[in-house]
Amino acid sequence: MSRLELRHVRKAFGGLDVLADISLSVGAGEFVSILGPSGAGKSTLFQLLTGAEHGEGEMLFDDTPLDDHGRHFAFMPQRDALMPWRRILDNTTLGLEVQGVGRQAARARVAPLLAEFGLAGFERHFPAQLSGGMRQRAALLRTVVQERDMLLLDEPFGALDALTRAAMQRWLEQMWRHHRWTALLITHDVREAVFLSDRIYVLSARPARVLREITVPLPRPRDPTGATAQQAGALEAEILDILLNPQPSKGHDHD
Amino acid sequence: MVSSSSSRPLQLAGLFAKAAPAVMSVGLLLVAWELYANYSGIKPTILPAPSRVFEQAMLNREALIDNAIPTIRATLMGFACSLGAAFALSMLVDFFQPLRRALFPVFIVSQTLPLVAIAPLVVLWFGFGLTPKIMLVALVTFFPMLVALVQGYEATEVEIGQMLRAMGAGCWRVFVLARLPSALPYFFAGLRISITYAVVGAIFAEYAGAAKGLGIYMLNAKNNFRPDLVLAAVGVSAALTLILFGLTVLLQRLAMPWERIGRQPAGKGPGR
Repeated sequence: MSRLELRHVRKAFGGLDVLADISLSVGAGEFVSILGPSGAGKSTLFQLLTGAEHGEGEMLFDDTPLDDHGRHFAFMPQRDALMPWRRILDNTTLGLEVQGVGRQAARARVAPLLAEFGLAGFERHFPAQLSGGMRQRAALLRTVVQERDMLLLDEPFGALDALTRAAMQRWLEQMWRHHRWTALLITHDVREAVFLSDRIYVLSARPARVLREITVPLPRPRDPTGATAQQAGALEAEILDILLNPQPSKGHDHD
Repeated sequence: MVSSSSSRPLQLAGLFAKAAPAVMSVGLLLVAWELYANYSGIKPTILPAPSRVFEQAMLNREALIDNAIPTIRATLMGFACSLGAAFALSMLVDFFQPLRRALFPVFIVSQTLPLVAIAPLVVLWFGFGLTPKIMLVALVTFFPMLVALVQGYEATEVEIGQMLRAMGAGCWRVFVLARLPSALPYFFAGLRISITYAVVGAIFAEYAGAAKGLGIYMLNAKNNFRPDLVLAAVGVSAALTLILFGLTVLLQRLAMPWERIGRQPAGKGPGR
């Protein structure tokens, strides 16, 4: 059964069409990616979901229209958005604090997860003292402890170097298998989308519409080296082809 | 005579190396001044030597301290008022953006008023007491802090704001959790600029009329042809400003521990 469902969502800023026609759904415990070229309006979609912007079309959550926005989603923005003045522990409890959870209770909820997120021993550090990968894990921890119905991840690894990004993707896949979050990931990294997702919506360049919906048939745990790697490679090539040669529109130069 | 610092611990040596150019330039200036005053035949009633200024400062230290106290009081009280006003107005302007356009021209005009003209008027209106001094100190220190705060709020990372709103935070929570701490570095920069104006502002106000204070002390010393005492009072006011400046630096270190600790291991930059 689908938890989030978008039907013919459109959004224009002034005269500029950003989202032309987006229909998609995300089921319970499903990891879905939105893959599209940079500047395609992917982040705008998240702004609609979190209520920062308003568009046309239907947005349903558990079959009821989305109105009380903040309640369903835990949002992880591009880059980590960690507050430099808060120690890691206080950064990770931020969402709970905003929800009105007391400081002690919030810390108690974060504490058992610190080790799993590779942050044990770094609670008292400031973000600037941590590596990019650790900062990103702290940001994800801050997102998941909010215990919302669904995670919205906006290019969470976009600012990392290639090696750290690959390590973080493997780590996230493993974490997801344990927790089975319902998640919607925005990315322009084809490999990342294939590696992490159950399904992928491939978007066109702006104004964005869904070019293709792809179910990723690869078994979990996802193995980046074994026999399925070839299958993944073929899928990546196919998606790349869709992105680089969309039938009617003009070309663009993204990976 | 001080060249035996090579065997000192590294930290002290580093501090010395940092301070050395400043100490040397000031020292050279004093030496040149001393030599000129002693050997050019200029009268001490025109240009006293630094040694004489120091000597007279020590002889008149009671009067200097006695007159410094009202100046310190006026400076601190004026500064406190201006800090409070700047903070309150910066918040008002941050929450109601149209106010910014309405109020900023007024503030900018307030900064163009020549202190020479305003100080006697304020004394005329409010008397020789503490009130006009506080007002003048506030007038000269208010604007840099207000601008710093308003700019600081604006410097909040957009994504932090978006994230907080997605978490369900309202305007007030966003302000307290994100905008206010984001403004801290800007605030302290403004504070440092303001504090250097503050003592000068108080002295100017006293110059225009006061019962006691460094400003009126300078005026009287000048009228009595005692430039040595004028300069002694100048030395006191300079020392006051330096102390206040040092306090703001100390305060910043205490208020923003992440600035210092965060830079220690080689990590990535501040991430803007």
